Amino acid sequence: MRREIPIAICFLFGISFILEYFIPHEGVLSIFETIRQWAIIVIAFAYVLGIANLLRINYHVVQRKQRDWPYKIILMASLFFMITVGIVFDILGVGLGGIGEGTIFGWVYYHAQYPLQSTMFALLAFFIASAAFRAFRIRTFQASLLAVTALFVMIGRVPVGESLWAGFPDFTEWIMNVPQLAGKRAIMIGAALGAISTALKVLTGLERTYLGGE
Amino acid sequence: MIIFPCSKAPRYRPFLRVVFLLICILLIDPSWSLAQEDLTESWFNPNRVNMLVFLVFFFGVIIYFIRRAKKGKSLFIRRIAGLDAIEEAVGRATEMGRPVLFVPGIEDVNQIQTVAAMIILGNVAKMVAGYDIPLFVPICRPFVVPVAEERVKEGYASAGRPDAYNRDNVRYISDEQFAYAAGVQGIMLRDKPMANLLFGSFFAESLMLAETGFLTGAIQVAGTANIHQLPFFVVACDYTIIGEELFATSAYLSKEPKLLGSLKGSDLAKAVIMGILALGAILVSFGVIEFKNWFFIQ
Repeated sequence: MRREIPIAICFLFGISFILEYFIPHEGVLSIFETIRQWAIIVIAFAYVLGIANLLRINYHVVQRKQRDWPYKIILMASLFFMITVGIVFDILGVGLGGIGEGTIFGWVYYHAQYPLQSTMFALLAFFIASAAFRAFRIRTFQASLLAVTALFVMIGRVPVGESLWAGFPDFTEWIMNVPQLAGKRAIMIGAALGAISTALKVLTGLERTYLGGE
Repeated sequence: MIIFPCSKAPRYRPFLRVVFLLICILLIDPSWSLAQEDLTESWFNPNRVNMLVFLVFFFGVIIYFIRRAKKGKSLFIRRIAGLDAIEEAVGRATEMGRPVLFVPGIEDVNQIQTVAAMIILGNVAKMVAGYDIPLFVPICRPFVVPVAEERVKEGYASAGRPDAYNRDNVRYISDEQFAYAAGVQGIMLRDKPMANLLFGSFFAESLMLAETGFLTGAIQVAGTANIHQLPFFVVACDYTIIGEELFATSAYLSKEPKLLGSLKGSDLAKAVIMGILALGAILVSFGVIEFKNWFFIQ
């Protein structure tokens, strides 16, 4: 029963989401909406598991004074600080408590986390530059083809391309809309069918390895 | 296609008949394509009958091939270099005495790519357990944590090494995309894993992870169905598993007939879709656009 019950639950709820796509009836849709809210609630509770995992691992590191243990203290202190100012202060009615703008939580979010995330995202430019350098090294026929095509696309998308040859922008568009898009759609169709096939296997219990506990 | 259809065409005749029948139904009754004003009291959305027909056909084909496989018919599956490379990468990590890193994407377990990644994780854990090297699994979504823990634990147990399982190696990092990327990059740079296995749903962090792994000199195998991230993986990783191959992994690694049967079904569906696309292209070229319109989804 340890495996049959989860498979049955998976099947029932999976089928309900398929039916939702085909049944537009107002009454039935409200049932599906309720099911969707259950899912959100269950996922919300999973954060407890995440926090427990994070605390357990980092507490062990601090306790055993393993490598980088001071950083783990900062991590756990930050976690408790944000929970305190975001939830506890709000419940106790302490000024600046809560999670919106104008609160301590909001200030830390907008002035610490947000710029840090932007910094990480900005680093992507450098990663793209180094990856592109390797990708465009002409070593094989395919790499040559890639490099030449990329060169055409890049030239065609800047003003100098049009001044060199008036047909460059249209040629670039053709590359993007015909060969590029055809390849992309082929991968998309294959991936979509693979996803449906996997979903069917999961729904019918044929693929049950993800449940564990074999 | 994962499995190439063999020359025994009569096997496919029942399905070709079904496809023909379905096309005839669509030809005879195109009324479903007429948009209806108010469907809130209706028990079926007639605008989506084409999708229903496709789903019924697709499910039917898969179930048929699964039943055939259960009867013991042997099915050929072509070699997927990326999946073979996983074992090679784990072996190399063992030789170097360095850990293996498995990144299961950044989406939740309700996404099918994450489910596929969890299936691969179990097989990787089984391999790693046999070689006695650490396996790090950084997680982005808390709901994935118990599933990943269970998969790794089961992998170690099935390799006969339940004692080697370290629960602390399955780590929840953060829900925030770039905080997670920074955490995984930190693991790559500090612990220097020799094999980086990136399977699942990735977004902008894909190149950050793959490039950092490249800088550390690790063997990298990546697989995703997010087509916008595939070029990044192709550039920065040693092997890339593209789209449908990710979903074929469980059948490929387990070689279980039931799972192979479902692959065969998917391949036949793809062949039918290719046929429809070719037919559509020809008809549109000759100015017949009605056929194309049957495939619009409202």
